[in-house]
Amino acid sequence: MTRILCLSVAAAMAVAVLTSSTQAATIRITIDNLTYVPAEASARVGDTVEWINKDVFAHTATARNHDFDVMQPPKSTVSTVLKKAGTVDYFCKFHPNMKGRLVIAP
Amino acid sequence: MISAEPLRQSAIQPFAVNRGLCRANKGYTIMLVRSCLVVAAALLLTTAAFAQGGPKPTDPQIAHIAYTAGVIDINAAKQALQKTKNKEVKDFAEGMVRDHEAVNNQALALVKKLNVTPEDNDTSRALTKQASEKLAELKGLNGAAFDKAYIANEVAYHKTVNNSLQKTLIPSATNSELKSLLETGLKIFEGHQQHAEQVAAALK
Repeated sequence: MTRILCLSVAAAMAVAVLTSSTQAATIRITIDNLTYVPAEASARVGDTVEWINKDVFAHTATARNHDFDVMQPPKSTVSTVLKKAGTVDYFCKFHPNMKGRLVIAP
Repeated sequence: MISAEPLRQSAIQPFAVNRGLCRANKGYTIMLVRSCLVVAAALLLTTAAFAQGGPKPTDPQIAHIAYTAGVIDINAAKQALQKTKNKEVKDFAEGMVRDHEAVNNQALALVKKLNVTPEDNDTSRALTKQASEKLAELKGLNGAAFDKAYIANEVAYHKTVNNSLQKTLIPSATNSELKSLLETGLKIFEGHQQHAEQVAAALK
């Protein structure tokens, strides 16, 4: 009985370790009424960012350091995978008053 | 200082009454002429006050001003797309057509939903007149001279429109959906102003 318990605990831990280390997360950043929500998000290299543009206007998420430049047509969802670590400030090329930040851990 | 809004209402109603009196009592002609003159003077005063931003514009007038402001910028952008060879200016102008058409489509959907007929007024007429003068002026320019003049006007134009949205149109709007659309418009146009400023800096 004890052995079974130990085994199942070990198995649960192994699953937990596996999910945290190998499974990339999906981070959702919504653009609503010319605002990125959340304005600052944390992620890891390999994570996917789902950019959900709810506006009737086209936007972009353009990294100031040129790491990414995502075009977001009106009322669309675009996914990108984060490839480089760093703190990246981004903005919309068409409406430079729209600003956001992604903190990407290695 | 007399408030202009009650003045306008009182100016219109006695006018109708006096016309009735004109037909009924010919003996009072002199008095009536005098009162008609007072009415005419009041109407003139009201027009002047409105032009100076005296009385608040009504929702149908605000809708007309906002829509007209959008159409003007679309026309300016279409002229630019015909004339420019500069990629940044072209991208900017395409953005103006896209965004202002999107805002104006929303405005049209809203006035239809609210059953409001946009109402022509002095402000939108003045805007249209200035815009056609600007189009004629820019028509004579080409190349870098055109690009610079177009972008400089875009910076100035968005500043004027944003100022009017902030100080007059948004505070005067009574319908909450119209107010909210104007607020979105302000954010978009502030973005355009910054974008135009960036393009202007790159053209130098």
